[in-house]
Amino acid sequence: MAEQCARLWVQGNAVDLTLVGRSAGRIEPIASDLRVRSPQSEIHVVEAEFLQPATIQATVDSIAAVGPVDVVLIAHGSLPEQTDCQNDLVACHDALVVNGVSPVLFAEAFAQHMAQAGSGTLVLIGSVAGDRGRKSNYVYGSAKGLVTRYAQGLQHRFAGTGVKVVLVKPGPTDTPMTAHLKSGGAKLAPVADVAQQIVDAIGRGQAVAYVPGKWRVIMMVIRHLPAFVFNKLNI
Amino acid sequence: MKAISSWGRLNALPHQLIKLADPDQVTDVIRQQKPGVAFGNGRSYGDVCLNPDGVLWHTGGLDRLIQFDGQTGRLVCGAGVLLRDIQRVMVPQGWILPVTPGTQLITVGGAIANDVHGKNHHVLGSFGDHVRRIRLIRTDGQVIECSQQQQADWFAATVGGMGLTGVIVEADIQLRQITGPWLETETLPYENLDDFFKLADDSEAGWEHTVSWIDCLSDKGRGLFMRANPTDVGLPAEPKGRKLAMPLVPPVSLVNPLSLKPFNTLYYNLKKSKAGRSISHYEGFSYPLDNIMEWNRMYGPKGFFQYQSVVPREVGLAAVQATLGEIAKSGQGSFLAVLKTFGDRQPVGMMSFPQPGVTLALDFPNNGTKTLKLFERMDAIVREAGGRIYPAKDARMPRDLFEQGYPRLNDFLTFRDPGISSGLSRRLMGS
Repeated sequence: MAEQCARLWVQGNAVDLTLVGRSAGRIEPIASDLRVRSPQSEIHVVEAEFLQPATIQATVDSIAAVGPVDVVLIAHGSLPEQTDCQNDLVACHDALVVNGVSPVLFAEAFAQHMAQAGSGTLVLIGSVAGDRGRKSNYVYGSAKGLVTRYAQGLQHRFAGTGVKVVLVKPGPTDTPMTAHLKSGGAKLAPVADVAQQIVDAIGRGQAVAYVPGKWRVIMMVIRHLPAFVFNKLNI
Repeated sequence: MKAISSWGRLNALPHQLIKLADPDQVTDVIRQQKPGVAFGNGRSYGDVCLNPDGVLWHTGGLDRLIQFDGQTGRLVCGAGVLLRDIQRVMVPQGWILPVTPGTQLITVGGAIANDVHGKNHHVLGSFGDHVRRIRLIRTDGQVIECSQQQQADWFAATVGGMGLTGVIVEADIQLRQITGPWLETETLPYENLDDFFKLADDSEAGWEHTVSWIDCLSDKGRGLFMRANPTDVGLPAEPKGRKLAMPLVPPVSLVNPLSLKPFNTLYYNLKKSKAGRSISHYEGFSYPLDNIMEWNRMYGPKGFFQYQSVVPREVGLAAVQATLGEIAKSGQGSFLAVLKTFGDRQPVGMMSFPQPGVTLALDFPNNGTKTLKLFERMDAIVREAGGRIYPAKDARMPRDLFEQGYPRLNDFLTFRDPGISSGLSRRLMGS
């Protein structure tokens, strides 16, 4: 998702972009692609560990030291099997940390720098799964729920300042994270379309963006279903 | 399993769609999940990209541009990159794909596997003429890097090889330098086939793009001849990418005997009145239908066939005349009818479609037996003329015509990957 957003950002523009990932071997090909698309842009690659608070702080500080950051998009995550999380607390723990704690720590570290600069846009990828716990993926959903509440708090904190916080809530999207769903015939939104909507929402500084937009309505219904109805649903 | 159709929408049979999300995973996936066939953007018309009840390896994830040399114009990219994405990135940098077909919504892998051609075949050949290297992965894990110099036999088998020699994962393509996105175009109405051939002959030397729309219901073969050259002169603004879409599948084909004749007459006379020279953006001239999303829906729930053949030039006039006669007699057809001469050059691939001569491409709404009967009569003309049918468009050609049209078939079969099978390969090659 972040890769597709980056393609849109470099399209026709010279931008200064830093890609942060756990494995340089996996982000270098993305950087090469972006350099071909936009020879005028500066594309940097930073390999970092994503779970330890101290290393997250150091990574973010080193990026911020180069210059003020205009936009941060925090998009990492992994979709666990719900049953694995139920049967194995290690899988459960990992899912919560990767999808919930880690993005929040990155955001908090960038928030320090943006607060100082008095400007910037901080974008977090939540999920429609974070809107209401469901038996089919509540561990992933609760991690995304953490991101949702966190973003809310951050928006409260930065209200009236130059810092904007955007929470994106994608529906099921055709990305590497959902590749195993696709072979099962799941209906997934094209990632290029979703990325375009994310980039537009970031441009507007929209507080909460459901992408595609239909999920705003669907999730409003899901959130408001009374428990006696909701509990009968197999979702 | 998921119902998948190709562009002709003739059927929607179940497939197991496996996304190749990362170049590193390709070997593992295709070794374990086979037999299958690579599936790009699903824009071929028949069953060359399908494998009913089997596996499709979707190359959409191999969509990265890997390297570009701004001095030489060489682009290395993944097989799942759309030609449109290359054009949109490269045209502003002064480079363009030398050869593209009538849509740019196809992948690089598909363009190679079908060795696609465009309106400039007489000058620049087909897509494979500009491919400098292919990386192919076989379902036994073997990786083959081939080019016209290195492993040249594998290169010749893979260009136009319908995806049957291995999965194309990466290609190195020679782009062409341009001064801008504009074309100087000219539209010339013609009244009959003699005039068409005269225009084609006159235009080959001085015009890079030549193509014609033909009114397939007119007995004499009237049409509109279009030709274009790149130009430095541009218009002040690039066209806005305004997109229309066919919102639903109508219950019956919108193209039918009631609509076709008036439409063709109207179109011919409208264009005739506006004939002459003008300046066009390359996207508008080269890919007119790309702005109407899902236009294939207009043929209704039963879908449509495309019939594209090429016959040698010496018998071209007679063969096209006879074909138009059969179509007029049957009352079937469509306004999407294209007539073009190919240049006098040998194709790169063993199984490449283009050969010296004249090619006629026609859409037909699927009217079942009636349509198939007409095709049999058209086949007879192609067979007698010593021509061939384009597999990328085909869903029904008889096996003997395929074997006659592609004399290097037996050579080609020795390069097939036993772990790859498609609807087309089972229909025309037995496995």
